[in-house]
Amino acid sequence: MINKIIYLFIFFNYIVYSQKTIVTTSQSCNYEFSGKVIDFHDGSPLAGAIVVSSNSNFFDQTNIEGEFNISNLCQKTYVFEVSHPSCNSIKYSIKISGDTKKNLRLEHHIEELNEVSIYAKYDNEKYKTFLENKISIETIDSYTSGSLGDVLNSLSGVSSFNTGNAIVKPIINGLHSSRVIIINNGVRMEDQEWGAEHAPNIDINSIENLKVIKGAGLLEFSGNALGGIILAESSKIDIKDSIYGKTIFSASSNGKGSTLTSKITKSYSNGWYASAHGTYKRFGDFNTANYVLSNTGIGEKNVSFRIGYNQLSYNMELYFSHYKNETGILRASHSHSAQDQIRAINSSQPLIINNFTYNINAPKQENTHSLIRLKGYKWFKNFGKLSFQYDYQKNRRFEYDIRRGSDKDKPSTDLTLETHALKFDLFSNLNDEIKLKTGIFSRFQKNFPDPKTGVRRIIPDYEKFDLGIYAIVDYILNDNFQLELGGRYDYSYIDAMKYYRISLWNLRNYDKIYTNIIVKELDNQILTNPKFNTNNFSATIGAAYNFKANNKILFNYSLVSRFPNPSELFSEGLHHSAARIELGDLKFNSEVGHKLTLNFIHKKNNLNFSLNPFINFINDFILIEPTIIQQTVRGNFQVWEYKQTDVQLAGIDIDLSKILNENFSLQHQFSLVKGYDYKQNEPLINISPVNTRNQISYKNLKLNNFKLVLQNEFVFRQNEYPNNDFEVYIPQTETIELVKLSRPPSAYQLFNFYSSIDFDVFKKSKLNLTFRINNLFNVLYRNYLNRLRYYSHDLGRNFSLNIKLNY
Amino acid sequence: MKKYFLYAIVALIIVSCSKDNDTPEAVNEEEVITTMTVTLSPSDGSSSIILQTKDLDGDGPNSPEVTVSGSLKTGVVYSGSISLLNETETPAENITEEVEEESDEHQFFFTVGSGLDASTEYLNFDTGGNPLGTQFSLTAGLVSSGALTVTLRHEPKKPNSGLQDAGGETDIESSFNIVIE
Repeated sequence: MINKIIYLFIFFNYIVYSQKTIVTTSQSCNYEFSGKVIDFHDGSPLAGAIVVSSNSNFFDQTNIEGEFNISNLCQKTYVFEVSHPSCNSIKYSIKISGDTKKNLRLEHHIEELNEVSIYAKYDNEKYKTFLENKISIETIDSYTSGSLGDVLNSLSGVSSFNTGNAIVKPIINGLHSSRVIIINNGVRMEDQEWGAEHAPNIDINSIENLKVIKGAGLLEFSGNALGGIILAESSKIDIKDSIYGKTIFSASSNGKGSTLTSKITKSYSNGWYASAHGTYKRFGDFNTANYVLSNTGIGEKNVSFRIGYNQLSYNMELYFSHYKNETGILRASHSHSAQDQIRAINSSQPLIINNFTYNINAPKQENTHSLIRLKGYKWFKNFGKLSFQYDYQKNRRFEYDIRRGSDKDKPSTDLTLETHALKFDLFSNLNDEIKLKTGIFSRFQKNFPDPKTGVRRIIPDYEKFDLGIYAIVDYILNDNFQLELGGRYDYSYIDAMKYYRISLWNLRNYDKIYTNIIVKELDNQILTNPKFNTNNFSATIGAAYNFKANNKILFNYSLVSRFPNPSELFSEGLHHSAARIELGDLKFNSEVGHKLTLNFIHKKNNLNFSLNPFINFINDFILIEPTIIQQTVRGNFQVWEYKQTDVQLAGIDIDLSKILNENFSLQHQFSLVKGYDYKQNEPLINISPVNTRNQISYKNLKLNNFKLVLQNEFVFRQNEYPNNDFEVYIPQTETIELVKLSRPPSAYQLFNFYSSIDFDVFKKSKLNLTFRINNLFNVLYRNYLNRLRYYSHDLGRNFSLNIKLNY
Repeated sequence: MKKYFLYAIVALIIVSCSKDNDTPEAVNEEEVITTMTVTLSPSDGSSSIILQTKDLDGDGPNSPEVTVSGSLKTGVVYSGSISLLNETETPAENITEEVEEESDEHQFFFTVGSGLDASTEYLNFDTGGNPLGTQFSLTAGLVSSGALTVTLRHEPKKPNSGLQDAGGETDIESSFNIVIE
C-alpha cells in the first residue's frame, strides 16, 4: 500500500515537473541514461522498478525486461534512487557526460536479509525441512517478568525442569541441560548449562524472535543438540531514518514485585544503526496458595547494546550484553542428610516459613553473564554470502549455602567460565535447485573454580578446545518437494586439573587405570591431569513435501553425538542442594542419538493443525541414579552415580487451532513423551507427564483490539518412574524409614485468564494494557518437574498488570 | 575488514595456546567436621571415657570410625564435653570454638536409645539462655546397654522441645554403643 502511495506521489511530481523540465532544458541537456535494473544475486531483470532522480525531475519505470530510459539529462552528476516493491531502495550517483548506459543492481533478497538469524535459509519457510515453533513478540512481552523457560513452556512438547519458581530450565521432548542448545543472537550460550539448577542466563526482554526446533537439524550451530535448539534473536533493523522503542512496566501480586524494561533503536538511511535495552526486575518471596515460600525473592539487572552498519550486500555489527541475577533458593530446601530429607518429605508444608520479605539470603545464586559479539557478512556476486562471527562470553556463578563462622558470607561455589569462539559460514546458491551452507568453527573455553571458597571444587579447572566443520545441502526438487542433507565433524580436546579424594580414587580403581595422570599426591587428596581427545560426527537428512495446497509433511532424521559434560565426568562429592553425593566417571564416552521426527501440518482457512510424533534412540545415554547409602559424620547420604545406558524417548505433540468466527477462536495443545531405559528395563526419571492446554479466545479488532483469553492447563500424574526410594535408619526413633523420593505428585489443573487492550496515545505511540491471572482458583499443587517438590508446593494465584508503550 | 579477521584469528590462537602451567591449589574443606570427641569425666575421679567418631575423608566413600573407650559405671555422674575438629587441615582446626561463638545457631541433642538407662542435662547455654550442649552431664543409671546418639543441628528453632520440632540442618549425627556396668 505504502509503495503504491509513493508511486502515485512520484508520478504526480513527475507530471507537475515535466512542464518545468522542458522549460529549463538547455541545449546541452539532451543526454540519455538507460540500462537495466537487475537482481544483485542472479542478474535477473526486475520489472516495475522505479528509477527517479533526487529532485524527482526525471523518472522512469522498468519494463518487463527490466529496462529503463531517461532522456533530457544535462552534463552533470545525478543521484538516482532505484526502488522496487520487494526490495529496499538504493541510491546511485551517476555522472552523465553523454548518453550513458548502466545496469543498476537491487538486492532482491531483502526479505531474507530481514531475517537476522544467520542460520535462516535464504528461501522462505516453505522450503524448510524442519519445523520451527515460533513464539510471537506479544507473547514474549506478556512474560516480561518471567524467564525464558516460562515463555517456552507455552509451546507443545516443551516443558521445564524447575528449581523452585525462578530457576526454569527448558526441556524439549524429554531432554534438557547439555542436550538443549540455546543460541542467543547467533551465539551459543556457554553459561554452565550442564547443571540441573542452572537456568539460562538470558533476559527474556532482550529477545524479539524466539523459536524452538525440536530436533538437531541445525548443524551449523552444533552437532550435539540431542533434545533440540532454542533460537533467541533481536530483530533486524531496516536501512532508513527512524527512531522507535518500547517500554514495559509490569507489576505482580505474587512476589509483590515489578519489572521495568525499555528498548530504543535509532537507524539512519546511510545504514548506521544503534539499539539499547535495559531491564530491572525485583521480586520478594513468592507464595503458594497457602503459605509464603521463604527466601525465594529474585533480582535481575540487564543491559544490552547493538551498533552496526547495514548495507544491501554487507553488514557489520557489534553487540554487547550484560546479565546479572540474584535468586533466592527456598530456605526449607536446604537439607544436610537423609534424615533431614525425611523430615521435609513427611511435612505437609516447608519446615521454615517466615514472613514475607524482599531480602534474599543464603541459600542463593548470583550469576552474571557478559557477551561481546562482532559479526559481519558480505554477499558476493555469483558466489554467496560469507559471514564471520567472533564472540566472547564470561559467565560467573556464585552459589551461597548455609555456612558456619567466618565462612558465612563466602560463596561455596565460585566458577568463572570464559569462552571465545570464532566462525566463518558460507551460504551459496549453487544453482536454482541446490543451495549449499558450509562453515568452520573454533572455540576455546576455560573454567576457573576459585579455591578461596573453602569448599572442594564442584567442577575442576579445565581448558577445552573445539574445532568443527559442517556442510548442508538443500535440494529444491520442485515447489512441493525439498530435501536437505547435512554433516558435521567436531574435534574436542579437554585438559583438566582435578583433585580427587584418595579414598574415592582407590575405590573407583582409578589408581590402577589412570596412574599416568597423577601430578602429585597430598595427605588425603591427589592432583590429576585428565585429558580427553574426542571426535564426534553428526548428520541430518530432512525432507519436506507439500500436497493439496494445504498440507505439508516434514521428515527429519538426525544423528547426534555429545561428549560428556564436566559434571558427568568429574562430579565427586556432596551436592548440598540435593542432599546427595554425586559421582561422575572418567571412563565415559560420547552418547550417540538417533532422532526421527515427523510433522504433518494442515492449514486451511480457519483450521490449523499439526501432528508431530518423534522417536529418539540414544546409546550410551548418561544419567544419574542412586546406588548405595554412604555414612558420614553428618549422617547417611544416598550416593548417586552417573551411568551410561541405552534409552529410547518417544512421543507426540499435537497443536490445533480453530477460528470460529471473527471474534472467537479455540486452541488445543497436547504433549506426550515416554522415556525408557533399555538396559535396566525401567522408565527414565524426570520425564514430563502428559499434559494438555486448551484455550478459548475472544478478540474484537474494532474495540481497540480487545482480547479475552481463558486457558486451562491439565497435567496428568506421571505414572512411569524409576523407584529410587531408599531406607535409612533413624537413631532417634530407632526405626528404619523409607525415603520416598520417587513418587510423582498427583495430577492437577490450572486455569489462567488473560485480557489485553490497545490505545493510540500521543501521535505515533501505542499503549497496550494487559491484565493476567495465573492459577485463577489458587490451587495448591506440586509439580513433578520441580526439584523442590519435596519441600514445598508450587505457586499460588498471581495477578499481574502489564503496561506497554510502543513509540 | 580482512585485517580484523586476521586479528581475531591471531588473538584466538594466542589465547588458545597460552596455557598457564600453574597447578591449582588444593582446597581443604574449611567447614568439614571430621572428628567429634565426647569426653565423659566421672565424678568419682576414675579415668575418663572417650566416645569418638572420625571420618578423615569427609563426604568421601570411607565410613566414619566410631570408638568407645570403655564402659560406664552404674550410678556415676559424668561431666561431658564435646570437641569438634577438622583434621583435613594441618594443624587441625578446632570447630568447637566456632560453634560456641555462634551458640544461638547451634544445639547438641542427646538421644538415649531404648535399653540404655541414662539421662543427660545441658550444662551450657546460648546468649538467649537456651541449651547449647558442648558441656553436659550424663548420669549412668542401672546396669544396661544401648545407643547414645549425639546430634548437632545448625540453625535449629530455638527454643524447641527436642529433635522432633527443632528443624535446622544436621551437622553431625553419631550413635555410640554404651554399656553401663
